[in-house]
Amino acid sequence: MSSHMETEHAVGQPLYGLMAEFETPGQLVAAARRTREAGFRKFDAYSPLPLHELDDAMDLHDNRVSKFTFCGGLFGAVAGFSLCCWCATAFPLDIGGRPLISVPMYIPITFELTILIGGLTAAISMLLMNGLPHPYHPVFNVERFANASRNKFFLCIEAEDPKFDRQATLTFLESLGPEGVSEVQP
Amino acid sequence: MQPVELPDKIYVGPVIDEGHSLGSVSDKVGGIVLKRKITLGWTLGLFISFGLLQGLAAGAIWLFVKGIGVWGVNIPDGWGFAIINFVWWIGIGHAGTLISAILLLLNQSWRNAINRFAEAMTLFAVMCAGMFPVLHTGRPWLAYWLFPYPNTMDLWPQVRSPLLWDVFAVSTYFTISAVFWYIGLVPDLATLRDTSKKPWQQKVYGMLAMGWRGSARHWQRYEKASLLLAGLATPLVLSVHTVVSFDFAVSIIPGWHTTIFPPYFVAGAIYSGFAMVLTLMIPVRQFYGLDDIITMRHLNNMAKVALATGMIVFYGYSMEAFFGYFSGDKFERFMMWNRMTGPYAIFYWCLILCNILIPQSLWSKKVRTSPFILWLVSIVINIGMWLERFVIVVTSLHRDFLPSSWGYYAPTFWDWSVFVGTLGLFLTCIFLFVRVLPLITIFELRMLLPGAQVKEVPAHQ
Repeated sequence: MSSHMETEHAVGQPLYGLMAEFETPGQLVAAARRTREAGFRKFDAYSPLPLHELDDAMDLHDNRVSKFTFCGGLFGAVAGFSLCCWCATAFPLDIGGRPLISVPMYIPITFELTILIGGLTAAISMLLMNGLPHPYHPVFNVERFANASRNKFFLCIEAEDPKFDRQATLTFLESLGPEGVSEVQP
Repeated sequence: MQPVELPDKIYVGPVIDEGHSLGSVSDKVGGIVLKRKITLGWTLGLFISFGLLQGLAAGAIWLFVKGIGVWGVNIPDGWGFAIINFVWWIGIGHAGTLISAILLLLNQSWRNAINRFAEAMTLFAVMCAGMFPVLHTGRPWLAYWLFPYPNTMDLWPQVRSPLLWDVFAVSTYFTISAVFWYIGLVPDLATLRDTSKKPWQQKVYGMLAMGWRGSARHWQRYEKASLLLAGLATPLVLSVHTVVSFDFAVSIIPGWHTTIFPPYFVAGAIYSGFAMVLTLMIPVRQFYGLDDIITMRHLNNMAKVALATGMIVFYGYSMEAFFGYFSGDKFERFMMWNRMTGPYAIFYWCLILCNILIPQSLWSKKVRTSPFILWLVSIVINIGMWLERFVIVVTSLHRDFLPSSWGYYAPTFWDWSVFVGTLGLFLTCIFLFVRVLPLITIFELRMLLPGAQVKEVPAHQ
């Protein structure tokens, strides 16, 4: 496929960004690294599979999911144990004089609620921080972007980036050796 | 992932056949859902499964009308089929979580081709399992009494009872399995959304995919959340069958009151689960022509896990018998003797045959790599594991301490009807699943391909 450029819209009209398409994951990682080195910050790489090398190339080290999950798990543990204490004292069953707060017997419920709330926090915090659900997004306006979930790799520099300049950024993206560059309508 | 060099006598084939590319795996797996016509075989299979499912409906309705007296349960055998089938189904579910969570943490890349299907199996099996305790309460419309909630009766559940632990363990297990499964589905649903040509499919899969676009920033958090979920699901799956075994072990009934139950139940669960994965996956692989993705390597590995857990189960049986004798307790000794020679002896010896003797054939590489024979062995294991639960539940209960309270348990037509009905429910769900969702995790398959390996090249050349 030759390099193509969709220019049906007049220059000056607002744009979400410029998107380059790549054939291999290696090219995408190299391009992401160079984009970052060139000083761009508002850009994103899109791939049909997780590429751990991109975390390094784009300096992605968001650890908040782990922290939230830890807090969720901790909350679950406290909630589970308290629930057991509450049930046992709200309706006391004296069986052979055994203590009402019998800690070992409370562990299974405490454990299960730790897992339940921790796991739900992991899933929900991941979705929320990713801004999902988000059915509409400008990148979907690029027709070839349908391949981002199949076998192609994309890099999009957003117009919001202070360094973004329609012509200069286009030249920059072309220099990364893409299959093609497209404008992304907002 | 680098291919590992294995000596010829161990090596049975690659994790994924050569010749696949990022696009071809997407099209192949996605095509089963999007392009494949509805075949006569599938329709017939669904029809039969749905027919069996009516057994559950009829059984449940008759139970509501008459009460649990329609089942074979009695005093002393209060547990019967309800608990046997509950434990059997829950056990089957365990393989799915083992494959999706534990093998992920152990970095076993061969799991990528089978985890989606196995997890779906987990969900459906837990659904079937859940039917039994709820129906066994006799008043299923009051099943919410199992949960602690403030109520006008001022009643609270007994938190020191393993039966309540079970409520928490099983509901957590189902919830976390469903969440893990759905999170795993999201990128694949996006693939279906993007490759589908039909507007309604694009809409449905698009809504389900929540707008996933494969952003690197998303993938980074996604991978983290997946690992965390796997890390949480790993102790969870071990805890679920442990808690199930507590239902037995915390009581003082001879044959149940034993510390070996938790590990032996967990191993048995994984054993039966892998057998069920094989039972379902071998035909699916055949019918959908997936032998280039679910390769001999997968069958071989699953058979090995089944063999290993089967040996642990064998150890469990041996220790049960030994401690029955060694305890010196006459009730324990009698229970063991009664199990081997009493009215249910035939089931015990069938169980030994199905679970211990026949699976020894899995030592042979020839058996492990012949799909049809392996399939037969896996069915034998499924039957064996069901018999195991039957033997544990019934032989301990029917003759306990006082000969004057001894009894005999036999399932009735309605016991069978409900059991066969849950088989129908399970198969119906499986038939629907393979046609509406990608039965293999596509994005994880891509990770196995040489084309997915990052070789950074200077971009401007």
